[in-house]
Amino acid sequence: MTASSRTSISVVLTGSGGAGVMTAGNMLLDAAAKAGYYGLMTRSSGPQIRGGEAAALLRIATQPVDSHDDRFDIMVAVDWENVQRFAEEIPLGRDSVIVADPASGEMPQAIAAKGARAAAVALKDLAKKAAGRPNMVALGLVAGLIGLSEAILIEVIAKSLKKGDPKTLAASEAAIRAGLAAAPSVGWTATLAQPPAKSGTRWTVSGNHAAGLGAIKGGIRFVAAYPITPASEMLEWMAPALRKVGGTLVQAEDELASINMAIGGSYGGVPSLTATSGPGLALMSEAFGLAIASETPIVVVNVMRGGPSTGIPTKSEQTDLNMAVYGLHGDAPHLVVAPLSVADCQFATQWAVQLAERTQTPAIVLSDQNLGQARAIVDRPADVALAGGRLVEQAPEPGYARYAVTPSGVSPMTLPGTRGGQYTADGLEHNPRGTPSSQAKDHSAQLDKRARKIEGFDYGEHWAQIEGEGDIAVITWGSTTAPVREAVARARADGIKARLVALRLIAPVQPARLAAALEGIGRALIVEQSHGAQFHKFLRAHYDLPGKIDVLARPGPILFKPDDIHRHLMTWSRA
Amino acid sequence: MNTVAPAAAYAARDYKSDVKPVWCPGCGDYSVLSAFTKAFADLGLAPEKIAVVSGIGCSSRIPAYTNTYGFHGVHGRALALATGLKVARPELTVVVAGGDGDGFSIGGNHFLHACRRNVDLTYVVMDNRVYGMTKGQPSPTTEPNWDSALSPGGTGLRPFNPLVIALASGANFVARGFSGDPNGCAQLIVEAVRHPGFSFVEIMSPCVTFRPDQRGWKDAVHPAPVAATGDAAKAARRLMTDDGFNLGVLYKGDRAPYQPEIKASASIADLERAFVS
Repeated sequence: MTASSRTSISVVLTGSGGAGVMTAGNMLLDAAAKAGYYGLMTRSSGPQIRGGEAAALLRIATQPVDSHDDRFDIMVAVDWENVQRFAEEIPLGRDSVIVADPASGEMPQAIAAKGARAAAVALKDLAKKAAGRPNMVALGLVAGLIGLSEAILIEVIAKSLKKGDPKTLAASEAAIRAGLAAAPSVGWTATLAQPPAKSGTRWTVSGNHAAGLGAIKGGIRFVAAYPITPASEMLEWMAPALRKVGGTLVQAEDELASINMAIGGSYGGVPSLTATSGPGLALMSEAFGLAIASETPIVVVNVMRGGPSTGIPTKSEQTDLNMAVYGLHGDAPHLVVAPLSVADCQFATQWAVQLAERTQTPAIVLSDQNLGQARAIVDRPADVALAGGRLVEQAPEPGYARYAVTPSGVSPMTLPGTRGGQYTADGLEHNPRGTPSSQAKDHSAQLDKRARKIEGFDYGEHWAQIEGEGDIAVITWGSTTAPVREAVARARADGIKARLVALRLIAPVQPARLAAALEGIGRALIVEQSHGAQFHKFLRAHYDLPGKIDVLARPGPILFKPDDIHRHLMTWSRA
Repeated sequence: MNTVAPAAAYAARDYKSDVKPVWCPGCGDYSVLSAFTKAFADLGLAPEKIAVVSGIGCSSRIPAYTNTYGFHGVHGRALALATGLKVARPELTVVVAGGDGDGFSIGGNHFLHACRRNVDLTYVVMDNRVYGMTKGQPSPTTEPNWDSALSPGGTGLRPFNPLVIALASGANFVARGFSGDPNGCAQLIVEAVRHPGFSFVEIMSPCVTFRPDQRGWKDAVHPAPVAATGDAAKAARRLMTDDGFNLGVLYKGDRAPYQPEIKASASIADLERAFVS
């Protein structure tokens, strides 16, 4: 192989849970950021707390990347424990190299079958000699292979171990140097091209943390939390962060409590949120209806995982769409917003908070494990000015009616403590004063009002991301946006002009806007991570689509690669 | 300097709304409503500084009948909603109201955790040992042999003992009242609101429609023969061995309430700094 310079290199580190591949992966990403690269790291792990299987999947590039590439160039197996369990999630090509320690035994058939070249490095032995750990040898090795400098690695490790034992730091440094020194023996010669000069601030952030920050930027100051994979990191990030900015997080006894606590906090005038995943969202659905009926804005961030039931808690899927849109009793208009990238978790969540507050309507943010638990090196998201907050009545007149029927549907809301503004928020249907009513006229007026609040709202340009011109559209949402974007770019290079349409606002639906976005489109491909093609059916139910439609829908946990979509697009567009 | 004590700022009627209750004539809950409004007047709290939060059931209708802020939520979750409100707005007086089915069956888990969390709330349960709104099914406090359409011949289940459970779970104030004595109930509510932390007041409130036998409670109740204790084990032992009709404050603890301090020490820009590569 001749030496070459690449704009993107993909690396996977595998090992048993506890072998430290996530730590090594995070350090590699941090080093790449220091060196001026963009990058993405996702994680795949089994359900075991320790001793299961784990993989840190990285892509480091000179340009922003939100999706993994088609295959991994370098695989380093710290050991072979249970690697067959996620072998199918690690695409390797004939040009890829697999580095493993001969002491770990023979390469499992599931990996060997991929046909990549094998190289031997005595990770354990080198670690032992350095008094360090094999994962640090692997880190040094990968850095050496792709061309990251020792100085940057040492800086990163010193920062992450600064509170630790100096002996550990010295051992880790020695292990990293041993890995760097072993790199030439692998015979890998493709290194990363020099990144373009940095302009502006970059962040290394996970989707879950970005969502937490977006929530705080949107004004959230009360959070009720019940742990669930893969949403817990958002809540754990928010616990200290909220305290710093004058907010509070309460750990609830279950999801039924957490959503009701959030409703209580918001009723008190403090913008409130909870975060969960599929099973938790199912438990919250009754109280979510209460928030709609009582017009109490809250935000529920749902980080999707494989379902149904307990499903695959550690892996991604886009299959809570139906539940988020339709999973409520009664006619229950509400907001559903989906982030389109790791960095967009910030904006989408901030936007959801502001929409909820402005319309006094609860919102669901549909993130997923792929976004939430990914860490990415991104340009600092722009500050998007979003005006307005909750319509609060500070000086109610005698006869104040909390649920007054207004042209916009939004009624001025008093907060507890405001004299003369007392009312009872109610999940029972009510008249404008809030008094329970089972009369048809009150039901109709309040249903109309609650629907009008969000149907008449001007969502501006944020409802979707629309990129490129062409007579083909690829319509998608959420985390599949990134591989679709890359596939559309490749198709364009092949002469196929396609337009990316990625929906950020799932509900309420925007038929006029989508019709405009699809102007001139003759055929559309719908891409989603769901077995039941939930998004396709959702689009069919609410939108006029072009005559010719194709659907690329498949369940998790194997994420879409740009090549999957690109190939489909090429075959189908010429059919 | 004005040394004259001010006249009582509020009367009980200032806390009554003009909404007519859905309750049956003779329902014990009317007296509990009176006890609420009298207690609020005795406490001298402005109506807008109080929130009454409830779940679902006959007694849970009470917020709309008061002139305070209120939230009539979903079945069983009133304590959770009230916890969020109180933690977010600690300066408010938050009173939670409901029945035995709402609080001890569907809401049982929240009851345990509200007791152990010890947020400064007052929880008043109007216990009539029956689901009244759904027309007469046994609740967790119903006697095992009480016959009903849903559980013919009785449930055969041992009744739940809310006061003992409250003590075991960490409630900071435990009392029992009887709706036939609204002034006594009002006094218990006043003490419960004044006592820091989670205060639990069980009010025996007869259901005249489905449990006419409960009319006999007025002859069975009596003041507790001993004063309130600060020893939860002693209070629990008394409750497990008495006749079930002791009224009064039964336990007063001294646990500090749960109330996270709300105080900003950093800006959003400070939070963002942690993400900078």
